[in-house]
Amino acid sequence: MMKKQADYNITFGGIGGQGIIKASELVGWAAMYEGFHVKKSEVHGMSQRGGSVESHVRFGKKIYSPLVSPGQADFLLCFQGDEHKRLKPFLKKNGVDLVDYLKPALDMIDNPRCLNTALVGVLAAYLPISNASWQKALKTVFKPSILQGNKEVFREAKKLVKKN
Amino acid sequence: MAKKITLKKSFLSGNEALARGAWESGLSVACAYPGTPSTEILEALAGYKELDVQWSVNEKVAYEVAYGAAVGGVRSLFACKHVGLNVAMDPLMTSSYAGVNAGFVVVVCDDPDMHSSQNEQDTRWVGIYAKLPVLEPSSPAEAKAFMAEAFKISEKFDTPVIVRMTTRISHTKEDVKLDKRTTVKPVKLEPNMRKYVMVPGNARLRHVVIEKRAEKLQKFSERTKLNKVEINDTKLGFITSSVTYNYLKEVYPDASYLKLGFLYPFCDEKIAEFAKSVKKLVVVEELDPFLEEHLKALGIKKAKFKHPSFRLGELSPGVMADVVNGNVKNVKKRPGRPPRLCAGCPHWVTFSVLKKLGLFVAGDIGCYTLGALPPTSALHTCICMGAGVTFNEGLRRAHPGGKIVGVVGDSTFVHSGVTGLINAAYNKAKGIIFILDNSTTAMTGGQQHPATGWTIRNEKTKLLDLKRLCKACGADNVDVVNPTGNIKELEALVKKRIDEDALSVIIAKHPCVLIKKKK
Repeated sequence: MMKKQADYNITFGGIGGQGIIKASELVGWAAMYEGFHVKKSEVHGMSQRGGSVESHVRFGKKIYSPLVSPGQADFLLCFQGDEHKRLKPFLKKNGVDLVDYLKPALDMIDNPRCLNTALVGVLAAYLPISNASWQKALKTVFKPSILQGNKEVFREAKKLVKKN
Repeated sequence: MAKKITLKKSFLSGNEALARGAWESGLSVACAYPGTPSTEILEALAGYKELDVQWSVNEKVAYEVAYGAAVGGVRSLFACKHVGLNVAMDPLMTSSYAGVNAGFVVVVCDDPDMHSSQNEQDTRWVGIYAKLPVLEPSSPAEAKAFMAEAFKISEKFDTPVIVRMTTRISHTKEDVKLDKRTTVKPVKLEPNMRKYVMVPGNARLRHVVIEKRAEKLQKFSERTKLNKVEINDTKLGFITSSVTYNYLKEVYPDASYLKLGFLYPFCDEKIAEFAKSVKKLVVVEELDPFLEEHLKALGIKKAKFKHPSFRLGELSPGVMADVVNGNVKNVKKRPGRPPRLCAGCPHWVTFSVLKKLGLFVAGDIGCYTLGALPPTSALHTCICMGAGVTFNEGLRRAHPGGKIVGVVGDSTFVHSGVTGLINAAYNKAKGIIFILDNSTTAMTGGQQHPATGWTIRNEKTKLLDLKRLCKACGADNVDVVNPTGNIKELEALVKKRIDEDALSVIIAKHPCVLIKKKK
């Protein structure tokens, strides 16, 4: 877990269909359950048609802007190489770029649709959010039929961080 | 969404929060036609079982039904995107004169940066034009809170109230505190010829009333807490509204603010007083110079404004310093992946035929507008809803017998294509109109419409038969083909019809592959 700070800024990126919005949704609900003020924003006007998707989550005591400014992201979570290049300027100096987890996360899962949960699992290892809040968020975001599978992916992905 | 109403708090988008606020305020009737970024408002409202909600055929119809309900005595809401309001301007302008019986709120979601729109028009001007109050929330939590205020203002001042959102607020999610629904007693409906029959003799009298109303609203604007003064360091002060307020607070946390939530009519005294209280004054607003023009008219010489280059596109926290310092916009667009038609989309087939035959294609608003982009590159105009049909006629009047066709989607045809088809038949126009029928309103995420036979709550209803409708409009030929897997047959049909001296409709029917069939 990181040292406590005033607010946490996370930028997510990928292309339509990769579950980026679901991933940021999961983080948003978890932060809310933890008692933070949360704002989440993205551009997804035509994302269903394979366009770029960019999502921002910010949480803390009091959040104003729903968008992360370039150079302000504490974490960058990209689901795809080109989008990673595009969104790199959002990451702040000493910010955590989770791109190195993309391959291990993909290797870990059988179903590529679980990549979003896997990467959020990795991110969870860094955030000041309790497991209870994550479990509530998982339950809120995923329908019962796929909840158990996603819980397992989340749990296993979190371990990827500890191994390193 | 509505399923989480048992929570004390929920994580809601601006649209969902606004819907929640309307429901809590005792809303009864809500109508809309889908349009990004406004679509989720009605979808969220449909989750509240006690409400009467509908996807209407188009925005004009939606406005009239919702406004009719408000005149009928129950709190009602109409929601649309900015360009959708253009379609509803006819009833809007005169509803301002007639006023309401129970509260009526007009929610308009603007799309700065045109994430999914054909223009960047700024709805705030409608307040001046239609003499209607405009409220502007800055976040989802405020969107919810402002709905309660909007209904109160509507009833107190006997006026429709515009609540102006933007994509950034509609689609931002925030943790929002939930409250209970208040019950509002319906107001009795009684004939009031002077008020509700807008013939010249009555409208002249109503015009007097609404000019007086504007004065009262202006006084209200001075005292309402929706226009909030925050005095901090007085070296720098901002007059601002909407999400821009939050961007500024992020970058200039110590400055003083006049945050306008009740945007129009303007609170002139408050503005003048605030201007006096700060050393440097900067007006910061997205899109048009709406506040800027007014401050100039007020003669507040101290006020500084953004460079005109910032009238284009969305603002963001990253550009605030440039905006505040009057610099020229210098934003490098990070090139993203452009959208395209989905793999397996039935429109690919139709467009490949149109491209192969070298036809000039009048387009319309929907997924198929993407047919203009490479690699399809087979759609040549796109202006507004319904114009695929009417542009075919117009282009042909310039080029009689030209190799010109029009394309329109199923939902768009019902919205405003059908009137164009009637016009074409009546005025003896020729050519082919393609209804690209994927049996849903696909671009906005798959909403029902009359030709799907299902309602917003996925209840079965009367099915509009497009083939019989086109025949009744006066089309000489109406062919229904499934484009998927039948490219040769489709090509042969188009070749045959394009050379005929006839008005033909080809309904290229195959369900959208993206959206699972809803029951």
